[in-house]
Amino acid sequence: MSVPGDLQYTRSHEWVRTEGDVATVGITDHAQDELGDVVFVELPEPGATLAAGDSFGAVESVKAVSDLYAPLGGEVVEVNSALEDSPEKINEDPYGEGWILKLQVSDQTDLLSAADYEKLLEEES
Amino acid sequence: MLDNLIRTKGREGRRGYTLPKNDVEDASLDKFLPKDALRKEKPRLAEVDEPTVVRHYTNLSRQNWGIDTNFYPLGSCTMKHNPRANEVAANNPGFAGLHPLQPEAQAQGALEVMHELQGFLSEVSGLPAVSLQPLAGAQGELTSILMVKKFFEDAGDDGRTTVLVPSTAHGTNPATATMADFTAKEIGLDEHGCVDVDELKELVDETTAALMITNPNTCGVYERNIAEIAEILHEAGAFLYMDGANMNANLGRMRPAEAGVDVMHFNLHKTFSTPHGGGGPGCGAIACSETLAPFRPDPAVAKEGDAYTFVRPAQSIGRVAGFHGNFGQMLRAWNYIQMHGPDLRDVTDMAVLNANYIRARLGGTYAVPYDELCKHEVVVQPPKGMKALDIAKGLIDHGYHPPTIYFPLVVKEAMLIEPTETESKETLDDFIGAMLELAESRAEDLEESPTHAPTRRLDEARAARQLKARW
Repeated sequence: MSVPGDLQYTRSHEWVRTEGDVATVGITDHAQDELGDVVFVELPEPGATLAAGDSFGAVESVKAVSDLYAPLGGEVVEVNSALEDSPEKINEDPYGEGWILKLQVSDQTDLLSAADYEKLLEEES
Repeated sequence: MLDNLIRTKGREGRRGYTLPKNDVEDASLDKFLPKDALRKEKPRLAEVDEPTVVRHYTNLSRQNWGIDTNFYPLGSCTMKHNPRANEVAANNPGFAGLHPLQPEAQAQGALEVMHELQGFLSEVSGLPAVSLQPLAGAQGELTSILMVKKFFEDAGDDGRTTVLVPSTAHGTNPATATMADFTAKEIGLDEHGCVDVDELKELVDETTAALMITNPNTCGVYERNIAEIAEILHEAGAFLYMDGANMNANLGRMRPAEAGVDVMHFNLHKTFSTPHGGGGPGCGAIACSETLAPFRPDPAVAKEGDAYTFVRPAQSIGRVAGFHGNFGQMLRAWNYIQMHGPDLRDVTDMAVLNANYIRARLGGTYAVPYDELCKHEVVVQPPKGMKALDIAKGLIDHGYHPPTIYFPLVVKEAMLIEPTETESKETLDDFIGAMLELAESRAEDLEESPTHAPTRRLDEARAARQLKARW
């Protein structure tokens, strides 16, 4: 499973890419592999305010529906509306075209480094 | 292969019948109906001969896959045999010919059956009041939680906003809480796969309306702390609701009221052997404590003197079903309970024994995440590197309906197997043999299955992404 070194991670298998005070959020390669083929993504409205740990949407696969959790607190500035018609992008390119939303970060939390996340995956397997 | 629609068979003008010669004058429909009620084109009906009709529907029916054709170990669904004696009772013309608007005086026999069934379910649950109205398990859940809601409303307590749901719960539990306008809050598990009592203590407060517990839970494990759980809730003024989907593990062995349960639902179409699947009709009867009894749906059946009558409980949440619910299923369940009497206990004992036999024989080859005595169902995981979906598809080629897969969500690659008590040891051995054989298969071979079914592996992702719900 790919775990890019330049990203940060959560225990609930989201990734975060921080540029300035904007954080891009998606789900990890491991998460998409566990879920199987994604068929629907429920996205929040831009402008919504999230606290760290809030459920902001859901990913539905052929197996199950899983909640998505905000890794950081802030305001949703953009969502990847391309996922509405092409949810498969989450499977095909989880760290790229499969990104889910962008947050204007107002509340930093401790996230996992790539090395810590890989350790977590080992423990879970 | 999949059969074409009957409309594509036959040819124009072909008939499978002859009508007697018309002995009245022809009249045009527009004399009787307004113009906008007349259709402009002829309906697209099949024009086929009788043998084609018979073959078409016979062949379709041969593709049915059900408990009458194959072993069906679908976890948490209790796909047990439907005794034919139930059908004898249900086809009695005195019952089958009843009209739902028949005056009570002419339907005393039917009311007596309902009244007795209410009593039987009271006996099984230990809870004094019953409603037979809900038409399915999920509706029984919703009915129960709406009763809890109305209790707090009528008591003037508007701070009860949350319902707690364990992470192993059936998906209908959080859905019920949400439908009833509560916020569903999830509770985690302890090392036995049971509700984490310490977490519960932290979560319960004056906003808690109820906890929805399934016992045994969906891992097939008995919630051993249920009495303590009930106490914690009751101290906070909240209710304990029990999802009765798994009552096949409790009959005559565990009475929910004695464990502190306040309200629960039954699935007559699981535990009490009425037909199950195909979307119904089912019966999700509920039973509750004296405290909640006034909130039951309208109507319930009461006995006044020598006569049976419909009554409206004092603070009823109102109707949840048209007329009196699915009476035909009540009759079958009544018959089933009458046939067993106190021996209903044996149903549970055999169901538990069968599940443990499967657990013991599959363990070692399949992983058993909670490897202790299970109740009526057992959750296993395929050998490393294999997928539950592939084993499930392989089972179809062996002539079995696959078990529930990818549920409960807390177990990766879960396969939830519920054999029920109505299967013989030979059937179980054959099934176990197939499971063990599949575990030895090469993953790439299994990906080809099913090869003997009317269709090969379906593209589930594409079907969900590009949904076509009509022909």
